This record gives sequence, structure tokens and C-alpha cells, in this order.
Amino acid sequence: MAEPIAATTVRRRSWAGWKFVGPFMGVFALVFLAPIAYSIYLSLFRNRLIGGNSFVGLDNYTQAIQDSVFWSGFGRVALFLVVQVPIMLFLALLVALAIDSGRLYGKAFFRVAIFLPYAVPAVVATLMWGFMYGTQFGLVGNINEALNITLPNPLGSGNLALASIGNIVTWEFVGYNMLIFYSALRVVPASLYESAEIDGAGPFRIITAIKLPAIRGALVIATIFSVIGSFQLFNEPAILRPLARNVLTTGYTPNMYAYSLSFSGQQYNYAATVAIIMGLITMVIAYVVQLRGTKEN
Amino acid sequence: MATPVQPHPGQSSSGQSSSGQSSSGQSSSSGRTKPTSRVAMKPYRRGRRRSTVLTLLTALVAIYSLIPLIWLVINATKTQEGLLSSFGLWFDDGKFALWSNLRQTFSYDDGVFVRWLGNTVLYVVVGAGGATLLSTLAGYGLAKFNFPGRRAVFAVVIGAVAVPGTALAVPTFLMFSKMGLTNTPWSVIIPSLVSPFGLYLMWTFSAQAIPDEMLEAARMDGAGEFRTFFRISVPLLSPGIVTALLFNMVVTWNNYFLPLIMLKDPDWYPLTIGLNSWNEQAQTAGSEAVFNLVITGSLLTILPLLAAFLLLQRYWQSGLAAGSVKE
Repeated sequence: MAEPIAATTVRRRSWAGWKFVGPFMGVFALVFLAPIAYSIYLSLFRNRLIGGNSFVGLDNYTQAIQDSVFWSGFGRVALFLVVQVPIMLFLALLVALAIDSGRLYGKAFFRVAIFLPYAVPAVVATLMWGFMYGTQFGLVGNINEALNITLPNPLGSGNLALASIGNIVTWEFVGYNMLIFYSALRVVPASLYESAEIDGAGPFRIITAIKLPAIRGALVIATIFSVIGSFQLFNEPAILRPLARNVLTTGYTPNMYAYSLSFSGQQYNYAATVAIIMGLITMVIAYVVQLRGTKEN
Repeated sequence: MATPVQPHPGQSSSGQSSSGQSSSGQSSSSGRTKPTSRVAMKPYRRGRRRSTVLTLLTALVAIYSLIPLIWLVINATKTQEGLLSSFGLWFDDGKFALWSNLRQTFSYDDGVFVRWLGNTVLYVVVGAGGATLLSTLAGYGLAKFNFPGRRAVFAVVIGAVAVPGTALAVPTFLMFSKMGLTNTPWSVIIPSLVSPFGLYLMWTFSAQAIPDEMLEAARMDGAGEFRTFFRISVPLLSPGIVTALLFNMVVTWNNYFLPLIMLKDPDWYPLTIGLNSWNEQAQTAGSEAVFNLVITGSLLTILPLLAAFLLLQRYWQSGLAAGSVKE
């Protein structure tokens, strides 16, 4: 293997790297690539009682595009995306900037305390919040009783339930995003701040002129992950469903719709189609976010 | 193609240039010094005045983050009746049922909770451990070797990250069912072995933490690639490995969707699915509500991960800062 190397950055091209990358790629092919290919295959067929499995071209896609259940679920996660994601990321950014400013008492405590919910499983988070949302014996019920008022049931109507789910998701991921931003802020060289201060820049000017541009990459990544997460919304509404079956319907989110199509309805082909359409939309939006986020340099 | 975690041109990608990635825009970032040194990672706090107002505002977010956890601890001390009759954020007067709740949680339904705990540990050890091993090897391979197909590997993995989990779940279920793997631990473990986030983390980490000169020196001495990897690279990578392991553990420990579709037999459930089945039991006619056990079980479920994050703070915080997500 040894060869005289002049510049360390130039490495000889060889197959040796595959010994390291191969095992990962093997499993990756099995659990990512093969299912994607199989999904596409499934989406082009339909299973009929008479005639069995037959090729139907893009019929499943035409059906999905005209499917009002799919689009209402899509509209819901889109609304979730434009409301919850900005709130969560803004809050995470504020906390990251506050901790990074060096002006907090006990910043190590805040960093860990706010991050902790990330380590809580979505199931446990949702069960806890579900109990607390209870109007009978939950915290909402306690408040009603103590103040002798009647707060609306957090899961009582479509919009309220969506906001309540948004609260759970925000609770779970604020700290995670905060940590991404904070980690990015930590590697901004201090010399930049010093020269900015010498130039007379105040703290807000330093944030807008130095900190935010420096962590733009982290902001873009966090946004993309949040977009993907919103479109995949499943766990929280699915676990809350027993508390509000009429509001959290089986088609509440596209993901729940695909799940119920395949596991209650045995419509695997159509479920695969719905999943592929959501995947395509997610990829397009992730791509747009990335283009916009990295445009000006 | 969507490339969510590609290093962005113009961002600080110290060390990236040597990994053979995009060379465009590397130098355009306003003459910044490369933040590779330890000094750059020290927080800047020269002569800072502490602010009470800012601390109080941040404390509001901390309270929001901690209240549900406090609620969980308090309510794990209540009986099923106490849950319904007492104020949520304070203890039930005179009745401290934590110990009996714990005993019941472990013994209820012939001790099925212990079985679920064991399953979860199995999935985490094999799944997250395997995922960390595979992504460390692959991240290192991508960062330190120039091999045919390298760019294709990168493109394919990054593109696949944007595909929603459900798009994969149904076909994976059908494939596994044909292979006879559903309703076995393998159906949960095998998909857990792939962690694109871990790969990305270990790739950026390897690019920065391991000087090429050291690898060249080892090669000159005639050491094999794997020997070099384990003897020289792994020690340098350890903060990154701990970070990847922790995050893989969270994903596996907290996994819900995958086991939900793959497993029918409660004997193979992980804790997450088991707890939810106890919770849903209240809705089933003729079954008793066991919310006290759901709550105590939830507390037991989150403790190991909270403990791991608290105890390993030093590692994962430096692991994240030193190379992972700052691009």
C-alpha cells in the first residue's frame, strides 16, 4: 500500500475504501433502495378480486391526485409545517443565541434541561401530554376546576387538536434544534466578534451580521429535517387518537392514511402510491429550501 | 436531487477540502480562519455582564421543557384512583404509591414489562450498536479513501434521507413478510442498522479528526487498513463514536412506527409499543384502566436515556461541536 506521497490531500484511487463502505451500503441497499424500488413497482399495479394483480400504469396516481382524503391530510400537515416549524425553530434559535451570548446564569443547566425532552420517546411524550390535556382529570381539568372556568378541550376540534399536536412536537424538538444551532455557534471564531466590537457593532448587529450568516448551514439543515418530520407526522396523532377518534380520523395525516390503507384496508398498492407522492413532494420542498438557503453567498 | 446534508459552499467546512468534496466556494467566507483549533471552540465570554432578564426568559423555556417530566415523576407516585382525584402537579395527600406502582409494573400480566424491557435492550444493543459500527466504518471510508463510486455513494445516501419513512415502511413490511422476517426481532433490528445521520456525522468527524499524515505513516510502516483503523483512527474518533451511538440509541430506544407494523406478538414488543397497548387497554370494554402503570412504565422507559445523556455530556457535546452538524 505504501507509496511516496507528495501532497497528503491527493490519495491514490483504489478499491480499498469499499472494505469500509461496503457493509453499510449492503444493508442500506436492503432497507432503503430495495423498498423504494418495490414501492414504485407496487404503485404501478392494482390487486383486484377478479383478475388478480394487474399492471395499471399511473392509474393509482390519478386516483390519489383526485383523492380528497389524501389532500385534506396533506393540507393539515402543510398548515402544521408553516405554523409549527417556524415557531419551533425561532424559539430554538433564541435559546441558542441566549446560551451562546455568555450572559446567562447557569447556562450549562439550561442547555441540558431544554435538550432533555429529545431523549423522551414520542410515545411517552404523547402519553404524558395526552394525560395533561385531559379535561376531566388532566391539568386542563385541574385548571378548569380551580378557576371555575371551562377551557376548550385541547383535542376538541380540528384546529385545536392540530395546535395541541404542534405543542407536543415543539416540546420534543426545541432542544434538539437548539443544540444544532448552539453547536454551530460555538465554532464561530471569537476574533470575528472582537473585530466587530472594535468597529462599534452592538449585540444585535453582531447577531444579524455575524452569527446568523455563520450558522446558515445549520439553519438550512434544521429546516429541512423539520419539513421532512412534518410531512411524516404520524406518532403523535396516532397515539392521541383513542382520546379523540372523531377529530383524529384515520386520514388525519397522509402518513396515517397510508398506514390505515395498508394495514386496515390491505390496499398495499394504493398505500405505496400515497407514500411515493408524499416522498416526491418532500424531496422537492427540501430541495427548494436548500437552494434558497444557500443561494446568496 | 434533494441533498439535505451536503456541506454548503461558503460555510465553514474546515477539513472538508482534504476529503475531496466540492472545492467551490471554500475560500469565499470573508477570510475566516479555519476553526479547527481548540481555541476557536472556547465560548467567547470576555468581560460579559450576566443578564437577569435574559436568564428569566430562558428559564421560561426550561420550565416548559421540564414541566411534563416533573408531572411524570409526581404522577408515578399515585394510585389509579389518586390520578383521577388529585391535582396533577402535586402529590396525592397521604398516599405515596411509587413502590407499589413499581412492583405492579414489573409483575402485571406475568411480568410482560420485563420482557419488553429486555426486547428494547436487545434492539438497542444490536441495532444501535451495529448502526454505529457500520456508519463509523463507512464514514471513515468516505472521508479517508478515494475509491470508484465514492461520489455515487454520497449522492444515493443523501437522496434517500429525504424519502419519508412510511414510503419505506409498507414495502419493507411486505418484503420482510415474504422473507419470513416479520414478527421476529430481525424485522426491527435490520432497518435500525442504517443511520444516514450517523454516517454523515462520522464522515465529517473523520475528515477533521484524523490527519492524513498519520494514516500515510501507518501505511508506510506496512500496517493493514483495518489495523490502522482500529489502532490509530478509532481512538481519535471516540467523541464522534459516542455521539453517534447516543443518537442511534435514542432513535432505536424510541422507535415506534417500525415495530408497530412489523410485530404482532406482544412477546416481541419493545417498551414503546407495550406502553401504548397498556394505555389503549382502557378503551377496550371489559379491561381495567391501568394509567398508573402506564405512567410508572413511562418513567422507567425514559430514565436510562436521560441518565446516558447526563453522564456522557462531555462526549456528545464536544462530538457535536467538533464536526457534526455545523455545516
